[in-house]
Amino acid sequence: MLSEKEREEILEETKLYPFPKAACIDALKIVQHHRGWISDEAIADIASELSMSKDEVDGVASFYTRLYRKPVGRNVILICDSVSCMIMGYESIYDYISKKLGIKFGETTSDGRFTLIPNTCLGDCDHAPALMINNDHYNNLSIEKIDSMLEKYQ
Amino acid sequence: METPLTKYIKPNQAPLDLKEYEKTGGYEGVKKILKGMLPDDIIGLVKTSNLLGRGGAGFQTGLKWSLVPKEKDVAGVRYLVANADEMEPGTFKDRYLLEGNPHQLIEGMIIASYAIQAEKAYIFMRWAYKKAEVIIKKAIEEAYSAGYLGKNILGSGYNLDLHLHTSAGRYICGEESALLNALEGKRGIPRAKPPFPATSGLFGQPTVINNVETLSWIPHIIENGSDWFIKLSTSGEGGTKLYGVSGRVKKPGLWELPLGTTIREIIEDYAGGMQDGYQLKGIIPGGASTDFLIASQIDTKMDFASVRAAGSRLGTGTMMILDDKTCPVAFIHNLIKFFAKESCGFCTPCREGLPWVEKVLMKFEEGNATLKDIEILEFHTKYLVPGNTFCAHAPGAMEPLQSGLKYFKDDFLRHINEKHCPWR
Ligand code: SF4
Ligand code: FES
Repeated sequence: MLSEKEREEILEETKLYPFPKAACIDALKIVQHHRGWISDEAIADIASELSMSKDEVDGVASFYTRLYRKPVGRNVILICDSVSCMIMGYESIYDYISKKLGIKFGETTSDGRFTLIPNTCLGDCDHAPALMINNDHYNNLSIEKIDSMLEKYQ
Repeated sequence: METPLTKYIKPNQAPLDLKEYEKTGGYEGVKKILKGMLPDDIIGLVKTSNLLGRGGAGFQTGLKWSLVPKEKDVAGVRYLVANADEMEPGTFKDRYLLEGNPHQLIEGMIIASYAIQAEKAYIFMRWAYKKAEVIIKKAIEEAYSAGYLGKNILGSGYNLDLHLHTSAGRYICGEESALLNALEGKRGIPRAKPPFPATSGLFGQPTVINNVETLSWIPHIIENGSDWFIKLSTSGEGGTKLYGVSGRVKKPGLWELPLGTTIREIIEDYAGGMQDGYQLKGIIPGGASTDFLIASQIDTKMDFASVRAAGSRLGTGTMMILDDKTCPVAFIHNLIKFFAKESCGFCTPCREGLPWVEKVLMKFEEGNATLKDIEILEFHTKYLVPGNTFCAHAPGAMEPLQSGLKYFKDDFLRHINEKHCPWR
């Protein structure tokens, strides 16, 4: 079931478009914002809220990289693996984080604290290598900066 | 040197709020057009300015606007969309404008909307620009409360609503018809053209999609005219351009310079030249989907016609540098991996072809490639071309590959002969 808050927020978004269905991506983002990820149940709820079929909503949800159809950790680390960050050495940043947390790309730590995901260019190329943790950008990365950076996310 | 677009942007400081923006002459353009310019006057002025789209394709903005049918011919809502999706690897220019001067974009959007008589406008922005999201939302609210947006703008009888939509992340949404599907809440796959968005775009209605940098120009052109605009460039194409450099240069960054500034000036005078111990080997001039230029072409002017004549495209104007200590095969492999991942999957040549190319490049990196693999790569550069694929995604991916094979053939061969990557 969608919470009151989720329904209200979705309703607000539907007002910005000529018909409710057009707010599908916004609705998915709203649910993910509250729950961290989008379950099958949430797909069904959004479908009935927007008068769509479940498959249609799932088709949309599965297309976009920043919509998670599987549970993720409390904090999501997105490491840029595009070319400017490659030149400037994202691989060593990845290796360090991966070793420190004991997870590879696509995995979540067993305590649910971090999920590690590769990501395309973050628009920080002039300060490469770059990554994001949740909504925060970090750039000009070097291995020395990583421990204290991760500390902020529990 | 004039830098109209970035004059009021101070790095690491909050952007101008509405009052401050007005003090610099902001929103005078909106007042001027609502008082005494007809939509066709505006389109005419933008046409004579020759403002070429800054998103990559370089289509003339005034011409694009003029393709929107008149109200008497097509009824119903028409739309303006600012393309702020900016997901091209190596590109970070629109972010600077979104974070640095939001009202400049909003004013440009109001004028553009009026010119095509749109009553609804959206900013379609990439999800990663979290800071810009907050800044743009605040600026839209300010513009509403000052009466620049909403019903009966400044008592003119003209109505315009403007909303921000943040995407959920896919490169292909920067392609304008895929963007429209995404904005309609669907999977972001491209649409067949024709019909073009000008006649049948968002929700099937006439729509214009312009890049952020393009729209940010509009208030300045209204204020200063088309002659002024054309004289800003050194090449006659008009205006300045946001140029960026990333890679092994001393000072990677972004600069607003006359359109037509040479690659040499940008790299040597602004980006501080190559880092010590590194040599320039190649340049991707305008985002991942543009052909390589090589060091001997460094005196090429960075304008649409000159870069085309040199065998590539100006694209977004934010260049990536290939240095002599980076393996060109690894560089290209990284680009292709990106394109393979970001294929929307709608048409077979791209969905199947790009992962194949990616695998073959992997063989080079692992030292298992043979001469036959060069042929396979070359075959794809000739096969994944416009007409064989549904949109420009796969052909775009082939640009750095085909020019890479041409300029760095020896490096590909070394991987075969030495049976490993010589850079590792
Ligand atoms: S070329 Fe690629 S991105 Fe374009 S429609 Fe085909 S599969 Fe989709
Ligand atoms: S390539 Fe990593 S931020 Fe652009």
